[in-house]
Amino acid sequence: MPTVKLNKTVFEKLVGKKLPIEKLKDRISMLGTDLEDIEGNEITVEIFPNRPDMLSEQGFARAFSSFMGIKTGLRKYKVNKSKYEVNIDKSVKDIRPYTACAVVKNLKLNDEKIREIIQIQEKLHVTLLRNRKKGAIGIYPMEEIKFPIDYLALKPREIKFQPLESKKELNGLQILQQHPTGREYAYLLEGKKLYPIFRDANKEILSMPPIINSEKTGKVSEKTKEVFIEVSGFELETQKKCLNIIVTALADMGGTIHETKVKYEKPIITPNLEATKWDIDIKYINQRLGLNLTEKQMKTLLEKMGFDYEKGKVSVPAYRADIMHQVDFIEDIAIAYGYENFSPEIPNVSTIGKEDEFEIFKRKVSEILVGLQLLECETYNITNDQLQTKKMDCKISLIPLENSVSQEYNVLRAWVLPNMLQILEENKHYDYPQNLFTIGRVFKTNIENDRLAIVLCDSNANFTKIKQVLDYLMRMLDLKYKVTSTKHSSFIEGRTGRVTVKGKEVAYIGEVNPKVLKNFGLEFPVAALELNLSELF
Amino acid sequence: MQDIIKSLHPLEREIIPLLKDGITSIELTIKSKRKEVEVMRALQWLENKKALKIKLELKEIIHLGELGKKYKTKGLPERRLLKELPKAMKDVKLPKAELNIAIGELKKRGIIELGKQIKIKNKPKEEFLEEKFLKTLPREIKNLQAQEKHAYENLKKRKDLIETKLEKIRTIELTTLGKKLTKQKIKTNMIEALTPKMIKSNAWKGKEFRHYDVEINVPKIQGGKRHFVKTASEYGKKVWLEMGFEEMTGPHLDSSFWVFDALFTAQDHPVRDLQDTFYIKSNSKLPKKELVNKVKQAHENGIKGSKGWQYKWDEKEAKKNVLRTHTTNLSARTLANLDKKDIPKKFFSLGRCYRNESLDWCHIFEFNQTEGIVIDPNANFKHLLGYLTQFAKKMGFPKVRFRPAHFPYTEPSVEGDVYDPIHKKWVEFIAAGVFRPEVVVPLLGEDIPVLAWGPGFDRIITSAYKIKDIRELYKNDIKQLKETKHWMR
Repeated sequence: MPTVKLNKTVFEKLVGKKLPIEKLKDRISMLGTDLEDIEGNEITVEIFPNRPDMLSEQGFARAFSSFMGIKTGLRKYKVNKSKYEVNIDKSVKDIRPYTACAVVKNLKLNDEKIREIIQIQEKLHVTLLRNRKKGAIGIYPMEEIKFPIDYLALKPREIKFQPLESKKELNGLQILQQHPTGREYAYLLEGKKLYPIFRDANKEILSMPPIINSEKTGKVSEKTKEVFIEVSGFELETQKKCLNIIVTALADMGGTIHETKVKYEKPIITPNLEATKWDIDIKYINQRLGLNLTEKQMKTLLEKMGFDYEKGKVSVPAYRADIMHQVDFIEDIAIAYGYENFSPEIPNVSTIGKEDEFEIFKRKVSEILVGLQLLECETYNITNDQLQTKKMDCKISLIPLENSVSQEYNVLRAWVLPNMLQILEENKHYDYPQNLFTIGRVFKTNIENDRLAIVLCDSNANFTKIKQVLDYLMRMLDLKYKVTSTKHSSFIEGRTGRVTVKGKEVAYIGEVNPKVLKNFGLEFPVAALELNLSELF
Repeated sequence: MQDIIKSLHPLEREIIPLLKDGITSIELTIKSKRKEVEVMRALQWLENKKALKIKLELKEIIHLGELGKKYKTKGLPERRLLKELPKAMKDVKLPKAELNIAIGELKKRGIIELGKQIKIKNKPKEEFLEEKFLKTLPREIKNLQAQEKHAYENLKKRKDLIETKLEKIRTIELTTLGKKLTKQKIKTNMIEALTPKMIKSNAWKGKEFRHYDVEINVPKIQGGKRHFVKTASEYGKKVWLEMGFEEMTGPHLDSSFWVFDALFTAQDHPVRDLQDTFYIKSNSKLPKKELVNKVKQAHENGIKGSKGWQYKWDEKEAKKNVLRTHTTNLSARTLANLDKKDIPKKFFSLGRCYRNESLDWCHIFEFNQTEGIVIDPNANFKHLLGYLTQFAKKMGFPKVRFRPAHFPYTEPSVEGDVYDPIHKKWVEFIAAGVFRPEVVVPLLGEDIPVLAWGPGFDRIITSAYKIKDIRELYKNDIKQLKETKHWMR
């Protein structure tokens, strides 16, 4: 979950109140975030991914001051009329079709504010914009650029500018190959014939989204008083929402918001900070929460969460990205009401508990084996192909993981016995006999089974002993079984049996081949059984 | 006193009459004609009974050397020469080397005179000091008398007669009880082991059984045993069953449809990334078209009052097979197959889940999760908190508090913390919420409240067994498996 670092002084000023640390901690946690740390003047909080609007000092303080009852209800932001225009070229349609833009003026930037702006941008990239996959944000100093701006796509080699943190001019391809940020995000433009760019009226390139801005025109500094902001990507709604979150935070920083005409075939004006209206059903909400709130109480609670309410309709601020259904108000109302104020109730509902029958069966099998002084083990279902085949001196088809993290764990197992021999290998320094069993899942194409594996390891472990265990188990389960001689490369020839129950082949039983024992470095004989319990059940 | 006498082991009985203050274990071994280990065992037992104290000391002990042992029976060369005298030098039978030594020794003492013959000048009246001394060995250097010291110094100069060694000596110091014991008459006709023959013949009648020391430690034995993760899991199941829940089981390897899409997890949600979830290079068939379409609709433009995620839902993504990241795939399947006539219903699951993670002390790619769902048209948020409180209490955590939380498929969501009395702090215990209508409506056909919650089960196990490294859950160290305490809840 994303965390943000907040400047305590800035935060307190925005909230309009100082709170003792314990209280702050408690309230932050009851608002639905997590206070991770307070160190000096820095507060670290964890923000849930459904609230990207809280990923800044401004956004967090806005939500917090409402929740504390200091400044409740819908915040209104004015969007000033202006003549700024961004032309959308047809070439971006199949590359990166949408952008939403705005201008913010009257920013008195300093080091602290620049840090805050960079943080908002970074956190939104990671969360709402899914690590730039859904969109990317560019912020440019107005002093350096000239409107109107073009949003278009060009061949990579035709794109030439000096990217941020680079000493020289590079072309589009070079940026992806040579620049560290370029390399990191190169996959986002992979396979594209054209790369998108923003370019100003002087034909100066501002940026190549979602990769990097220009050093010359795309870097804000303490001298910057006005900025142009664009968010570009694949779904217009996401870009708009992201823009709203940024401009409202900048407005809370003291800036004024100015509209931009984005000229698609049908031009639109962004940002649009009008609240959206949602119908809510007070009865439904009360039912879901188990409360009896009056309309007036509900209005107060909604206002504590930064909404307005009037006549069955909630006004939702333009920066909220998480309202999808009226249940989303339910949670906000519950938060405003206070989770600590709900009295837990056990409803008077009668249901009958029931354990799964196969689970019962497996438990009984384990109990029978424990009665024979066997020790139960727990093993991973993910293992490696070497252990499953080569070390066992046998061939078997396995299901590989597409994205395994290590060589040691790269397939789903097809049998359990290899794990048991591995356990013996790892426990050679302890006393013998080592008589072990496990019940674990095995995977074959379209089938999953639970299997029992038993190993008896001692200087005199042999076929008779393992067959005695099988025989006892079958008698206790009241099952008739038959063992017929078979061959299996992991076992000693002439001492390997196939076990049949009710006409189904359910198990291999035998003495493990000394070649296999050697592979595991085992010095004592092992008599083993692998029984398919799913088939037996 | 009588109780002690009755509890004496036969070995102890043999040793007691031989005991006296200052006697060493070596002396006792010689006197009792027992093996040293047997004597030591008896002494140990007597020490446990507080009859004596065994004092361990390092002592310098003089032993006979190779030649010393020989001369002990044959006599020293000087003694043997003396017996032959007077005699001509050439007639003496003594080997040359010994003869020289013997002459030297005897001359030094002024006993003989050398001429044509070796003659005795002064016949010694008694044994030489050296001879006497050799007979007393082994001896501790510290305890030598002045004359013995003189003899010792002399012998030391001669080759291989004596040698000194640093030895551990166990000396017995009797306590008052021990002193009394040595004076007691100790019966020897007590019964040791009761044999089948004695039972049959009544030979035990009128006799006494030796009393055992019931407090003594015994060698450890080990039993067959369930794995501690399994015993803990079974406890977890019992809690659900007691609360009236029915168990769900099902595939570990499942389609993204059941693991994610049916739970309204957007297709671009990071949990579906390769870094987080294990994918298998195969696809599953999707369930019946009607259900798939409803799920698609819920994602794209929403269903029943929802506006959805507003993106294009891709059937291909839903078909991809993954190792389940939670047991909620079973909850989704259960809801889809539920006969509405059976509502209200409660279900639970407990099983292995997977996430793409490198193994280290606090990360593991396979873990156990348990979760429960309640499908009840009248269920509300207070009920959810009620169930959670009850569940935590049964799991052994009487103090619970609730905080807001966020999960993609529940609204409202809640995190339950339990109070850890040992570390005096709140710890995250359980994730819970009410399934979103976007989940419930496609699966169940209508917007009925479905309460859901699940704790990370491994955390309960590791904290109950005070395990610090999560890998120990699957380490299968036989010693640890044998010695782990039984799950007692």
